[in-house]
Amino acid sequence: MKMSQSPWMLHYDGSSCNGCDIEVLASTTPVYDLERFGIINTGDPKHADIFLITGGINYQNRSVVQQLYSQMPDPKVVVAVGICACDGGIFKDCYNILGGVDKVIPVDVYVPGCAARPESIIDGVVRALDLLEIKRDRMRRGLSPEEQGWAIANINEGRTGKAVRKRDESVSGGNKA
Amino acid sequence: MLQSVLLGFIFFLLAPVCGAIISGADRFLGARMQRRQGPTIVQPFYDLYKFFQKKAYIVNGLQDFLVIGHLMFVMLSGWIIYAGQDILLAVFSLTLAEMFLCLAAFSASAPYSNMSAQRELLQMTCTEPMLLLMAIGFYLHAGSFLVSDMVLGKMPAIVSCPGMFAGFLIILVIELRKSPFDVSSSHHAHQEMVKGITTDISGKLMGWVELAEWNEIFLMFTFVGLFFVCSNPWSILWAILAGAGAMFLMTLIDNTFPRVKWERMLTIVWSSTFIFAGGNLLVLMLLKG
Repeated sequence: MKMSQSPWMLHYDGSSCNGCDIEVLASTTPVYDLERFGIINTGDPKHADIFLITGGINYQNRSVVQQLYSQMPDPKVVVAVGICACDGGIFKDCYNILGGVDKVIPVDVYVPGCAARPESIIDGVVRALDLLEIKRDRMRRGLSPEEQGWAIANINEGRTGKAVRKRDESVSGGNKA
Repeated sequence: MLQSVLLGFIFFLLAPVCGAIISGADRFLGARMQRRQGPTIVQPFYDLYKFFQKKAYIVNGLQDFLVIGHLMFVMLSGWIIYAGQDILLAVFSLTLAEMFLCLAAFSASAPYSNMSAQRELLQMTCTEPMLLLMAIGFYLHAGSFLVSDMVLGKMPAIVSCPGMFAGFLIILVIELRKSPFDVSSSHHAHQEMVKGITTDISGKLMGWVELAEWNEIFLMFTFVGLFFVCSNPWSILWAILAGAGAMFLMTLIDNTFPRVKWERMLTIVWSSTFIFAGGNLLVLMLLKG
């Protein structure tokens, strides 16, 4: 039995145009059906394993995102959905925008796109599940679940077998917008 | 005596497995009703395993005790039924279990947790009269509050208590926390109560709550079965079929109705209890008297 067979997802909209949010909701509809992986879209950070963020970080929502992240019990993964969540996107140079989600909390999977397609969102979430297992194993060995670079290096030895990805590169195969 | 104690232990074996399967079947059926593929039927087991793998944020020392108390009294309630003991005692024990869960939610400082606990108390206000009337209905049918006497009767209880059964099906929606009466909790993220009564419960504590819920689900379907069981061994098959039918009905109702406000819930449930259970009781007492 694997922990990643029951990932519960917390969705938070930072300051996006809502395009990605609609796509996130689209992935839970009958056409894409995220629930077939056992994924539940929960509203409670204390039950969530995957933190799915759309939109960039601004001065208003910085503390909210940090608090939601800190309320999620370990092991947990963060998925940044859409180019705004990846690095600020079209709003990057706005006076109120800090940038992508990784400015305030560590991000595990970047899903690019404007708006990100449901296929790539599901792909990103499924990649995040592998990381969830890796983090759980680290916790079992008495290590901290988070270690920069470690999880990303290991996922490539797993079933995905794609090229090595750095923190600021996309994971779901597409190019940045 | 020893035999009845051992019979009671059947509940401990059956309840977690059957409760989880029922819960999984509900999610599967619900998904199919929405033309989705849905998770597998064993998904609740994965969920439970996951909860025990996560770190728990326990907000105070009391919460731990109260959640375990909730589980224990739900299990006690099931044990009383399967040991063939007093059905009233089982109903009271179940009430106590619910109180423990409410207190666990009240002990946390989260506003959603507190609001849900208040709504849970309202739900109990709706369900308790019906549960007690059901026990009285069984008494009038079998002449005893002992479950062992009820299951050995010549006729199943449904023959003399059809109104009770109808009333019970309505509170079953509340007990299983299904829409339109999932006022205190929410299975879906888009509702205003976040995660209802379990908002501040995480990790393995949430696992215990989940386990208690499976026990409760199984207990509720046991009550459904009790209406159909009599001395004829074939009646057990009818009881299982009735349970399956009730489960399908609950999933259908959950997927068809929008959620109501608590005032409406109180009106609907109390009036249905008064008409169905009260009417049934009146007829039974007239016939017996």
